[in-house]
Amino acid sequence: MAASTLTRKEQIARDLAHVPHKPGSTKPDPIIVADHVTRRFGGMTAVDVHHLEIQRGAITALIGPNGAGKTTLFNLLTGFDRPNSGEWSFEGTPLSRMSAAKVARSGMVRTFQLTKALSRMTVLENMRLGATGQPGENMLTSLFPPAWKGREDDITEQALELLARFKLDTKKDDFAGSLSGGQRKLLEMARALMTNPTTVMLDEPMAGVNPALTQSLLGHIEGLRDEGMTVLFVEHDMHMVRHISDWVVVMAEGRVVAEGPPTTIMQDQAVVDAYLGAHHDTDLGDDSLLDDDVIDQLEEEAEAEEHSRAEDGE
Amino acid sequence: MHLAAPQPSQRRRRPAPSRALWLLITAFAALLVTALPASAAAEPACSPDPETACLIGTMRTAAGDPAVGVQLEVVGPDGSETVTTGDDGRWVLAVHTAGEYTVNLDVETLPAGETLRDPTVTSRTLTIELNSQAGALFALGEPTSSGDATAEPSSASPSDTSTDSDPTTETPSTSPGTNRVAQQFANGLVFGLLLALASVGLSLVYGTTGLSSFSHGEQVTLGAILAYVGVQLVGLPLWAAALAAIAIGGATGWLQNLGIWAPLRRRRVGLTQQMIVTIGLSMALQYLFQFFFGGGRLRIVTTSSSPVRIGPVVMSVQTLISAGIAIVVLAGVAMFLMYTRTGRATRAVSDNPALAAASGIGVESVIRTVWVGATALAALGGVLTGLYFQATTWNMGGTILLLMFAAVTLGGLGTAFGALAGSMVIGIVSEMASLVMPSDMRFAGALLILILVLLIRPQGILGRRDRIG
Amino acid sequence: MDWTRILTNVAGELFAPATAAYALAAIGLNVHFGMTGLINMGQAGFMLMGAYGFAIATMNGWPVWAAVLAGLIAAAIFAIILGIPTLQLRGDYLAIVTIAAAEIARYTVRSSSLTWLTGGNAGISGNDFKGSFQNLCPLPEGSWALGPFQYSNCLSNSWWLRIVGWSLVAIAVVLVWRWMKSPWGRVLKGIREDEDAVRSLGKNVYSYKMQALVLGGLFGALGGMIYVLPSAVQADALGRTLTFNVWTILLLGGAATVFGPVLGSLIMWAVLMLIKSVLRDMPWDVITSTQAEAFSWVLVGVTLMVLVIFRPQGILGDPKEVAIDGR
Repeated sequence: MAASTLTRKEQIARDLAHVPHKPGSTKPDPIIVADHVTRRFGGMTAVDVHHLEIQRGAITALIGPNGAGKTTLFNLLTGFDRPNSGEWSFEGTPLSRMSAAKVARSGMVRTFQLTKALSRMTVLENMRLGATGQPGENMLTSLFPPAWKGREDDITEQALELLARFKLDTKKDDFAGSLSGGQRKLLEMARALMTNPTTVMLDEPMAGVNPALTQSLLGHIEGLRDEGMTVLFVEHDMHMVRHISDWVVVMAEGRVVAEGPPTTIMQDQAVVDAYLGAHHDTDLGDDSLLDDDVIDQLEEEAEAEEHSRAEDGE
Repeated sequence: MHLAAPQPSQRRRRPAPSRALWLLITAFAALLVTALPASAAAEPACSPDPETACLIGTMRTAAGDPAVGVQLEVVGPDGSETVTTGDDGRWVLAVHTAGEYTVNLDVETLPAGETLRDPTVTSRTLTIELNSQAGALFALGEPTSSGDATAEPSSASPSDTSTDSDPTTETPSTSPGTNRVAQQFANGLVFGLLLALASVGLSLVYGTTGLSSFSHGEQVTLGAILAYVGVQLVGLPLWAAALAAIAIGGATGWLQNLGIWAPLRRRRVGLTQQMIVTIGLSMALQYLFQFFFGGGRLRIVTTSSSPVRIGPVVMSVQTLISAGIAIVVLAGVAMFLMYTRTGRATRAVSDNPALAAASGIGVESVIRTVWVGATALAALGGVLTGLYFQATTWNMGGTILLLMFAAVTLGGLGTAFGALAGSMVIGIVSEMASLVMPSDMRFAGALLILILVLLIRPQGILGRRDRIG
Repeated sequence: MDWTRILTNVAGELFAPATAAYALAAIGLNVHFGMTGLINMGQAGFMLMGAYGFAIATMNGWPVWAAVLAGLIAAAIFAIILGIPTLQLRGDYLAIVTIAAAEIARYTVRSSSLTWLTGGNAGISGNDFKGSFQNLCPLPEGSWALGPFQYSNCLSNSWWLRIVGWSLVAIAVVLVWRWMKSPWGRVLKGIREDEDAVRSLGKNVYSYKMQALVLGGLFGALGGMIYVLPSAVQADALGRTLTFNVWTILLLGGAATVFGPVLGSLIMWAVLMLIKSVLRDMPWDVITSTQAEAFSWVLVGVTLMVLVIFRPQGILGDPKEVAIDGR
């Protein structure tokens, strides 16, 4: 396992070695290519991305200070928001203005910053909902169980395997609402995998997660890459990112301001400038920041943010 | 809008039942249980209108020919009346009181050789509302033991008094001017202004609390009924009755917020749940009005106001004064929202309650003010609308409610000025619609606009897009 | 006070056609609200479509099956027209639009300009549309008594109508039970919980919501037909109050449960009949029967408020699972 991880990671590092460290650089084997994507809210331009390519099979982190437009770009790419202009393609197929459901069916599946565990359904039902190709999801077919029971058994088997992998198998009959924040993140990720995606888009997968679970979550994300999936994830903090990502895209004020491998990206002057507005009191490159106190604090911040958002959502 | 079963910590607080509110309404209304004046007069023909209901029937012989000269005795709230079937076998009786009527067939007067198909049933009981008609049928033919004779609507049907007939499909208190388009436009302006009084409040409540209050229509009815009570039963002059109605209306808003809405907010009861509570409240209040005041029309003033001609348009003096009052009050509300501290706070809370609370605005006290203001405005709107339509009924507000929602949605949910603009559009559309469609469908035209707006510009005329999901 | 008669009335209400009609409408609303989370405040509009569609088609000489189909199609079209603009919007918009659309439908059919088609304000007299349904009656002519309950076998408020009405209720209950346990029902439930999550999993949420809206509307339309068959079609009896009653029934029995709508309907009509009968039988002449009727509706309104505040899961619901949540 360890050997293959290294191989995979090294191989991607070799592929990306000659990619220039500048915004909008071309990748040897891009799976997502976006051009001239803009999104404005009122007078404010939330996203204005000139050109962006995402390497197939790699873990790409999309980072940037609060309000940089990361989540908005994410929403655009996955069909949850409509751009004012721009085109992008996924595996060569144009995706712009496609509905969120179609995007997901084409193999690009996402999770949400505020977890959307379906609280009043059991963990297992949550998982089953993610499955594709269930004929019983047709209104009329659903009335004839023999037509869908077979597929349902396969789905259940797949769900139980994934739950075991994410260590949620003991919770399978609990309501999802009773899980902890971190467990919900895991459930959401596992549920997304039920669709057998080629690309997984994770929106702040670490926000609000118990530090004990952070490591395991990072491990799971690397696991996805090792299975050959492409991972794009939004994170607003660099320190979670550097250990697992193969490539980092930095956004600020809606634009891509820098790209590069995680080891060197934080020395980029544009990145320092971008972050100075938000976390000027933090030494960005310091690994010691990953100690528990800091993680706790970050977690509290994230929770407070989540809480206030939840209230706004009322 | 998340609402799960109440959290344990929230469960401790139970809202005090709004006993005060019920007491107020009941006490006020209990003083006034009066029989409605009415006189039943037999007329040769009858068409249902808001003051008239028609009892009808047709008698046919077993062979299907009209049964002529059959006598029926109709016993109702105003005594008894005998009718005779005509040459076509039909009988008609116009009545002016809603209630239960018994139709007794005089078997002796049946044509020779004819018998009832069900000889045991010689009388039918009907419950009838004004502005509707009901028939009592007695089938003739070979006697069978079955009861084919049917009363329609059947008295067993649960729908009898739950009908939603509309009082306000009535023409307003103006006689047509020379130019019909100008006249309808002017009527629309006036109706829009009156509607705005009610919908601005609805919009403010929505803006500050997120609640779509379905009981706001009953606040309008309450204003009109209180004015009726003040003028007709207590004998106050109109202005005094109107002021009293506004004061009591505002008081009900204060009590409601205290007794129902504030506790529900404290318990973090979801908005959808609160909305269904307002629906229950709306239904309870509506039938409470019917319980005390009956289903008929209640005229606030019985004298008619003298008409004035302005260019191509004819308006009654009363309508002009009403419009003037509405303009002054709406301008006052606008000034209040723009220039006073509380008004600015209200707009801040509408924009972003969390931010407003964080910047030191007392959100609860703003909401309290909004409830009092909204219900007082609704009461004023009710009084003026009741005058404009010449009468009010127990369900007037329910009919206007949807126009109010249309206005508020059209203007953009939660923006007070949008509600004003929306009301004017709805007022003008619903009055002008009668130029191109049957006048009893004009409200349908206004509601259709609501749906079209949602299709094209869901945020309304003045709303912001980000208010939607 | 004649308790035997009162209790007989109450028991009669338990299997009256109107009770079955309300149960069907509430089953439809349960598909909308309990299963999918759609706040449909215009269920009466669907019932109206069913009733008028059936009656008008029958008057034009269509056979029963075609008339029923006409009512169902009218309701389905109504649902689609409503759903197109609103299913992409927030929940309270759907509430306002459905109630507005139901009112538009009512204003339209009661309009005097359509008297030639719909009978206008007076509606359609029972004898004009009941014939073909009554002709299907397999029972012998005459009437039949079961204990104190004597009804005509085939005509109007008949045993035949009771059999058909309650059979439809039974079929609807079985279907809804089947759907709730199926993957289709699971998707609806997911949409009720969080439609964005379901969308992110590749399901066409809009299409599912539309299916639910149409399906619930079809049950509503069947309810509408049963509702008018004992008496007559009248637009004003198919208004807002009817919708609110259906909501009360659903929340009383328990949304998102299989038997909730039926239980709610039974309880509501039995209790209302009890109250009305007792009030009418009062020895002193305090309130008229119209007032007794109004009083019972006041009670329905208060019940709705109290239920929603204190027991949103109703009688049969599981408080952990059921909640009133807007989409």
